[in-house]
Amino acid sequence: MSFLEVTAFLFDGFKISLLIFAVTLLCGAPLGLPIAFCSMSRFKPVKAISKVIVWIVRGIPLMLQIFIIYYVPGLLFNYQLFGQIDRYMYIEYGIMDMGRIVAVLIAFSINYACYFSEIYRGGIESISKGQYEAGYVLGLTKSQIFRKIILKQVIQRIVPPMSNEIITLIKDTALANCIMVCEIIKNAKELAATKAMIWPLFFTGVFYLIFVGLLTILLGKAEKKLSYFRS
Amino acid sequence: MSILEVKNIQKSFDKTEVLKDISFTLEKGEVLSIIGSSGSGKTTLLRCLNFLETTDSGRIIVDNDILFDGNNKMTDEKIRENRLNFGLVFQNFNLFPQYTVLENLTLAPTLLKKADNVTIKNQALEIIKKVGLEDKVDFYPCQLSGGQQQRVAIARALMLSPKILCFDEPTSALDPELTGEVLRVIRELRDGNTTMIIVTHEMNFAKNVSDKVIFMADGIIEECGSPEELFENPKSLRLKEFLSSSLKD
Ligand SMILES: Nc1ncnc2c1ncn2[C@@H]1O[C@H](COP(=O)(O)OP(=O)(O)O)[C@@H](O)[C@H]1O
Ligand SMILES: [Mg+2]
Repeated sequence: MSFLEVTAFLFDGFKISLLIFAVTLLCGAPLGLPIAFCSMSRFKPVKAISKVIVWIVRGIPLMLQIFIIYYVPGLLFNYQLFGQIDRYMYIEYGIMDMGRIVAVLIAFSINYACYFSEIYRGGIESISKGQYEAGYVLGLTKSQIFRKIILKQVIQRIVPPMSNEIITLIKDTALANCIMVCEIIKNAKELAATKAMIWPLFFTGVFYLIFVGLLTILLGKAEKKLSYFRS
Repeated sequence: MSILEVKNIQKSFDKTEVLKDISFTLEKGEVLSIIGSSGSGKTTLLRCLNFLETTDSGRIIVDNDILFDGNNKMTDEKIRENRLNFGLVFQNFNLFPQYTVLENLTLAPTLLKKADNVTIKNQALEIIKKVGLEDKVDFYPCQLSGGQQQRVAIARALMLSPKILCFDEPTSALDPELTGEVLRVIRELRDGNTTMIIVTHEMNFAKNVSDKVIFMADGIIEECGSPEELFENPKSLRLKEFLSSSLKD
């Protein structure tokens, strides 16, 4: 196999890594918001439930969570949900691994939503009471205060910790190969097994590095753009 | 007819009674200064008037309109309406950091749809000029000194033309050389007949600017009267002690 062929084959895998990255961000980031509000709820049971969920999700390895999501439908309901999706999508559309990918996306979205929720909570709680009170004495409603005064300050504060999580996320996508999703490292391992080529495995690092480089520049720009005020 | 009547208001946090039985009146255009040692309940009183705390009992009457009569179940809407009778300037300004000086002033009137945007902007520019910050219109709060920030906070409160403007130690967070510019603005407001309640540790300022002074101690009004009465002829021992200790520093 030529260098170009190997690169193309690895890139096919990296597309799956990018898909997991994008969907996790798109689902996990919004899902973190209700979890954050529940964690701050004054209604004790809601707060307790949400804290326990966050504790569990942050407390056990993501790889284990992928296994749990993937195997639990079969164990509890004797129905291999994700295996069935795999089969169906392959027979109908010729798409491989779709069920496994869905399992990974669910596990990742929940996992990252919990991490994001803690970042949101920290950001919201770090805004001083005085900002709310200044809004109140000007006759504004709670929702006006949140949308027009608090939100932007929270965003400014959470961009750096969010950047860290986002960069961790692209590297975490490699965990998907624990249930044989053909992301980039799985493809590289396949080359090692079938073609006795070990260098592609190391070469995958270059893909991550380039993508992380781009992310770093982009997120740095966002941070800079928001630095025009100091709260 | 008084513009503000406060009758027997009480406020406790859990078991500690912070305001025990506060009553006073204020006439339109008058300036009331509230003095007293720290922890005596001055901030809590202002917060009750501005409905940032729910008063436990008593009455708050503005312009013959009973805003609060001991019934704690007010809707959010009613509370917002009540708040607009008062303005409050905080000790630490609480400007909105992501907005410019101009935007800090126009935000609330725009959201409350007080007038069209052009009118609001012109009004804001006029008030900014009044507090002497016309060259800082497009600055962000972090680019201003403390004294300038506090003047913006005053201007922001003025935008909603409150009937009574309250100040909670407006110069306590400022370096001594910056207090003058803020006190000057307040003095000008008095000359313009703005009704004000000022909690302050600046005894000389209170003496010069007020029509009426209240000395609070442990949640009660220990003494109340004209500045001459309180500062020249204090009756209670506690006020005498307070005045002599605050003259020292
Ligand atoms: N939110 C609160 N919860 C409990 N106690 C409070 C609260 N706010 C004020 N207090 C107490 O009320 C008393 C009066 O406080 P404050 O009104 O801030 O006094 P001052 O402004 O005169 O220094 C203090 O003993 C303070 O500890
Ligand atoms: Mg105080």
